[in-house]
Amino acid sequence: MTETSERPLVEISGLCKWYGEFSALYDINMNVARGEKVVICGPSGSGKSTLIRCINQLEEHQQGTLLVDGKEVRPGMKGIEQIRRDVGMVFQSFNLFPHMTVLDNLVLGPVRNLGMSRTKARELAMGYLEKVRIAEQAGKYPPQLSGGQQQRVAIARALCMQPKIMLFDEPTSALDPEMIAGVLDVMEALARDGMTMIVVTHEMGFARRVADRVVFMDEGEIVEVATPEEFFTAPKTDRAAQFLSQLLAH
Amino acid sequence: MEQALSSARKAPPKGFDTGRMLSVFWQITKAGLVLAFLGWLIWRGIDAMDYRWQWFRVQPFFYRVIDGEIIWGPLVRGLIMTLQIASIAGVLAVLIGFVTALARMSGSFAGRIIATVYLEAIRNTPLLVQLFLVYFVLAPIIGLDRFWAGVLCLALFEGSFAAEIIRGGLRGVDRGQYEAADAVGMSTADKYRYIIIPQSLPLILPPLTGLLISTIKHSAIVSVIALAELTTQGLNLVSNTFMAFEVWFIVAGMYLALTVTLSFAVTLFEWYLNKSDR
Ligand SMILES: Nc1ncnc2c1ncn2[C@@H]1O[C@H](COP(=O)(O)OP(=O)(O)O)[C@@H](O)[C@H]1O
Ligand SMILES: [Mg+2]
Repeated sequence: MTETSERPLVEISGLCKWYGEFSALYDINMNVARGEKVVICGPSGSGKSTLIRCINQLEEHQQGTLLVDGKEVRPGMKGIEQIRRDVGMVFQSFNLFPHMTVLDNLVLGPVRNLGMSRTKARELAMGYLEKVRIAEQAGKYPPQLSGGQQQRVAIARALCMQPKIMLFDEPTSALDPEMIAGVLDVMEALARDGMTMIVVTHEMGFARRVADRVVFMDEGEIVEVATPEEFFTAPKTDRAAQFLSQLLAH
Repeated sequence: MEQALSSARKAPPKGFDTGRMLSVFWQITKAGLVLAFLGWLIWRGIDAMDYRWQWFRVQPFFYRVIDGEIIWGPLVRGLIMTLQIASIAGVLAVLIGFVTALARMSGSFAGRIIATVYLEAIRNTPLLVQLFLVYFVLAPIIGLDRFWAGVLCLALFEGSFAAEIIRGGLRGVDRGQYEAADAVGMSTADKYRYIIIPQSLPLILPPLTGLLISTIKHSAIVSVIALAELTTQGLNLVSNTFMAFEVWFIVAGMYLALTVTLSFAVTLFEWYLNKSDR
């Protein structure tokens, strides 16, 4: 009993991925404990998206092992849907279903994949819409909402599947500056509720407030792992220092 | 001042565009002149051939009244048969198109090979040869009658075009939509049913209705296996009455009426779809 609950939620070891000859991920080793919040940062093209997309197999890795909640995730495996239901994902570009109302975007997953009744799913969905403070928009279509509102809906949609872990791929980088705070607030609240989270972001304030660990990637490898305090004040590697100085210059 | 400017901007230009109207009018006049000239040429040619028009004989081709009861003539029966063939073949073609398009996009190696072989075979052989193959070879083996042989052949032919149209539509849906559906753990069937196909319909429907209209025209080919559709009935009438000009004008006119009506209905439908989008 205790053993399973102490076991890390995500276990990655020796993970490698190539696009043709190009090595996108090389020898990634990383565990994420239950309730832990990990922020991944690094230069553009360093493999951050590829790494978190391997976790729910939007990208297939070629080497290494990957376990989610103790279950091995293999490329091309049968039953990947079961694992994906436990792993919520929020994309940079929201990817809401534009032909459905906000409420239907949220209800579809639980009804079709969790076998929930429509009434129950609606209740659940409205609950999460309250949580992301957007319940009054339930009947609208996504294109009618602002970017920040859409991203909050996308978070609620992922939460409706009642996942064990949430992955965020630069959730605020497509947003206008005035929209960012609202989305980060929602994510912080989620963190306080104890959700396990892996967040690719360059929002340093968020990382400092929320992250247990910062993982710095460059050229497909994990270069440095540290607490946010250590990482942002005294990075151990030159590459991280250089990256941070560039980040601050902007 | 600022008020006046912004309210002036809101209003689209009103009033009658005389220049535009004149140019449209001139286009129509030009087209009319060309058509009139062509008509005159044909009429002169027929006149020179000394063709004896017998338009008074055509009415029974459509219907006869015997004892107060209407008996449909060969052309109406042919038209109905053409509609039957084209509509069944059209529905089958759309189904074949969806299956083929999904098979080509699927991860299944066997599915991709079968779909590709089917598409290449249909596209690189003459339709007439396909019809003979289905009618003389396939039909006896699997026990198809004339009607179903014709329908099946037509459906396979149009299906290959439908497959390309549908594949184009499915690929036109943003990759993020596929990923979002995958990320919430949807099954492949649900992903297409709820997310991808609904969003690709606006891309697929216009060319697909065009294809259904071609199916009506292409259905004439089954006259070579003597399936009693409109063209076959035309052929029979000509050989019985020697009224080639009257019959073929009428048959062409009937196809035209059918396809133009359908195009018009489709245009209305699209207009309605666009309107409800807003
Ligand atoms: N589908 C693909 N085909 C080829 N190369 C890719 C593909 N996706 C990503 N890459 C490459 O892999 C590297 C890592 O990409 P990504 O994980 O998106 O980086 P990040 O999210 O850190 O910016 C980049 O150099 C990118 O060009
Ligand atoms: Mg990225």
